[in-house]
Amino acid sequence: MLFTSYSFIAFLALLFTVYYLVPRRFQWMLLLFASYLFYFIAGPTYVIYIFVTTLSTYLVSVKLESLNKAQSAYLAEHKDMSREEKKEYKASVKSKQRKWLAACLLFNFGILAVVKYTNFAIANINAVIGAFGGGTQLSFLKLALPLGISFYTFQTMGYIIDVYRGKHPAERNFFKLALFVSFFPQLIQGPISRFSDLAQTLYKEHSFDSRNISFGIERILWGYFKKVVLADRILVAVNTLIKNPDTYQGAYVLIGMLFYAYQLYADFTGGIDITIGIAQVLGIEVKENFHRPYFSKNIVEYWRRWHITMGTWFRDYLFYPLSVSKPMLNISKHSRRLFGEALGKRIPVYLSTFIVWFATGIWHGASWNFIVWGLMNCVVILISQELKPFYDWFHSRFNVAGKLYFKVFQIVRTVLLMSSIRMFDCYRDVPMTFRMFGTIFTRFSFKPFFDGSLLKLGLDLSDYIVLLAGLIVLTIVSVSQARGSVRRQLEKKPVLVRYAAYYALILSILVLGAYGVGYDSSQFIYNQF
Amino acid sequence: MDTLLRMLKGLHPDVDFETCETLIDDKILDSFDIITLVADINSEFDVTIPAEEIIPENFNSARALYALIERLSNED
Amino acid sequence: MMKKRKLIINITAVCLLIISLLLLQRLLMPKYVSAIVEGSLIEEYYQETTGHDVIFVGDCEVYESFSPITLWENYGITSYIRGSTQQLIWQSYYLLEETLQYEKPEVVVFNVLAMKYDKPQKEEYNRLTLDGMRLSPIKIKAIQASMTEKENLIDYIFPILRYHSRWDELTAEDFQYMFKKKKLFHNGYYMRVDVRPVTTVPEGRKLANYRFGDNAYYYLDKMVDLCRDNDIDLVLVKAPSLYPYWYDEWEAQIEEYAAKHDLLYINFLELIDEIGIDFNTDTYDGGLHMNLSGAEKLSVYLGKVLAENYGLKDHRNDDVYKEVWEEKVDFYYDMKAQQYYELEKYGYLKSFGAKPPTS
Repeated sequence: MLFTSYSFIAFLALLFTVYYLVPRRFQWMLLLFASYLFYFIAGPTYVIYIFVTTLSTYLVSVKLESLNKAQSAYLAEHKDMSREEKKEYKASVKSKQRKWLAACLLFNFGILAVVKYTNFAIANINAVIGAFGGGTQLSFLKLALPLGISFYTFQTMGYIIDVYRGKHPAERNFFKLALFVSFFPQLIQGPISRFSDLAQTLYKEHSFDSRNISFGIERILWGYFKKVVLADRILVAVNTLIKNPDTYQGAYVLIGMLFYAYQLYADFTGGIDITIGIAQVLGIEVKENFHRPYFSKNIVEYWRRWHITMGTWFRDYLFYPLSVSKPMLNISKHSRRLFGEALGKRIPVYLSTFIVWFATGIWHGASWNFIVWGLMNCVVILISQELKPFYDWFHSRFNVAGKLYFKVFQIVRTVLLMSSIRMFDCYRDVPMTFRMFGTIFTRFSFKPFFDGSLLKLGLDLSDYIVLLAGLIVLTIVSVSQARGSVRRQLEKKPVLVRYAAYYALILSILVLGAYGVGYDSSQFIYNQF
Repeated sequence: MDTLLRMLKGLHPDVDFETCETLIDDKILDSFDIITLVADINSEFDVTIPAEEIIPENFNSARALYALIERLSNED
Repeated sequence: MMKKRKLIINITAVCLLIISLLLLQRLLMPKYVSAIVEGSLIEEYYQETTGHDVIFVGDCEVYESFSPITLWENYGITSYIRGSTQQLIWQSYYLLEETLQYEKPEVVVFNVLAMKYDKPQKEEYNRLTLDGMRLSPIKIKAIQASMTEKENLIDYIFPILRYHSRWDELTAEDFQYMFKKKKLFHNGYYMRVDVRPVTTVPEGRKLANYRFGDNAYYYLDKMVDLCRDNDIDLVLVKAPSLYPYWYDEWEAQIEEYAAKHDLLYINFLELIDEIGIDFNTDTYDGGLHMNLSGAEKLSVYLGKVLAENYGLKDHRNDDVYKEVWEEKVDFYYDMKAQQYYELEKYGYLKSFGAKPPTS
């Protein structure tokens, strides 16, 4: 079920109603039922995957806890152990726990790897075989992707790692864990939640709070506005531009790049708005995933503000563990010795960063495009790290740091940079992406902007007016957000203003929405995850 | 404590590590700083800071970081 | 007290929203007054105040081949043509079923060309036929039988979901006819006085399979049963259109079916000479459809057959009918004059949905 389908809206309406009619202690069970129902409708056989992940994680988490309990009991019984003996014993228990954790991670990431990346691996193996003149080619498997497998696997593995680390106790109620894993609003595009955050609010009893509900509905409407009126509309032009690379080069590539930046923002943040809004109506708090990302002044800041939960997941569960792991510390020691302090210090950092971005790229998709995209991000981040001394010198020479025009320059630079890197999402393969990017410079012309070519991409003038108005509205809302929640600000305004805003939202979604016969209803871009 | 302050100043000479309590919250230390720091601390103080201790509570101030180091040394 | 006030405000707001959505829906729906006038055919039926002894159902061959005014003038037969563009047989069936909710005719006439369509066809044509129907359980069934893959029932119940994209195509006409339309037809007959003689007629292509589909037969059977259950005489006709091509194999099936179910079947293609149809003067689009001249000729013939075979009453002396039909007759001849005037002035029927002639 897409967010933007009639059946989903009907599903939501029904769920919201029943949710506040059932006794409050059954609310989380209702959500579990609804989540599995939602998953079942997406594809009956896929339920097995999410169930298996839940079960395996549950069993391992229980095992980890029982090992802890055994350890405490043993230590209490054997108070006479020496410090050395205690250390040894604890280490052995920890090692056992690590083995169980590894098994769980291997198993569940393994499922993800097989389902998502087998065909990619096969394609590459075939390419290598072909390069060596071999005749045989492995055939591809017919595997369809269970809905949200990238999201729920990561979310659940984060949970088991947290249990291992002692961050919070294991959830002893299997069904409560199942709800955490399968909470349906998050299945489509995330966010990737932490158990310690979500568990606070997911299982509570929720009473009918009209403020929460109206805020939630406003958020949902705002998300639909971005998705249906803006993202789906500009998608038409984006598709025309990127699906016909032979026709649209030079300035068109630049236009496509910027349109895609608009579209991805509206689509992704809109979807998250709908997710968080739905949760809010249910009285559940889901953490934000975006923080006005296009106002970032550099790439490092951008990745703190775009797809936040993915960034923090990779940071906490891959980057830090990797960079402070024994092997990496050894590398650090040896490279410092071999290459000197300056270079030696950098090697572990760069290596860890490279690995994390490789993983981030491949998490997005089973293709070289995404891997190269990830690595491009890595390269730019590392370069900006290296340029720090230069930036410091620059700011000491020229007093531009706080000035508005400089901030604008930084923002524009970042938007252009990130939009360029994102081009790997668009074109068929890596060489083509580079080639098309090159044509921006080699074949640039101002003509397309003025000779009406923009009206031949599938959008007419009224569409562009809507998109421009949308852009203005988005900017105003983003800027207002800096002063605090927009909904709270709206709450304070007179009744007429408030209702005018609601009407405007609802009517624009219904009338201006790019849906229905004549429009191609597009999937959320992150739906194949 | 002085050793620790020396290390911190080595990363950002212009920051007042003695009093600042929002090193992470204000993004004064970024992830690169942190892992460089961790590697240095591990070798200098002969402790092993595990990944799960890399949380804002431990890194927001020099004092909190020192407390972490002491705790880890005592546990050994 | 604050709560009560809030509740009132909220309820008012919701009501206001619903009303504005309904108004918007009326505004955004295409009016079919100056272009594609055929879209207005179905809904005009509900304006009728008196009954009809003959009901026609079917596609464009039915609303262009017969003139209810001629039937009235010559035989006093009251009739209505519930036809529409590319009306499919299940749509004809449900339109008939719906008509029976309003009245009970003596005779139903169905044009059999629609038998060639076994499955849902085009969304646009579905709309032309279905949007004009009043919402009812029968309409729902018609929609479900007609929907193509990309369509949804909810798009028909709330047409704003289908027509919202017209927001940047609105014209004065959309505002003018938001609530009431002007009368365009003559009991379902779409008058065209212009003439375009037949030049060439494309030869019918060879088909892989000539047998009409099961779904088409299913609905034809249903139509037969419906008429039988209601004591109505069903008459099958085939209009004398030269295109789409009417295959001998199709003709054979209809003849067989009519014989089997004891139905009268008139193939006007075979009566062209007898009736005196002249394809130089009687068609407005080179043989696809009859114009006024052709329709009147056919109606004179059909009226005689119906009156003789089914003992239809001559209502010309009935005061109630006389008053109503005199108005219709006046409207008919007024439009005829108006159309000839436009033909003279513009060379084509500018305000009657015709397209300017390509040079």
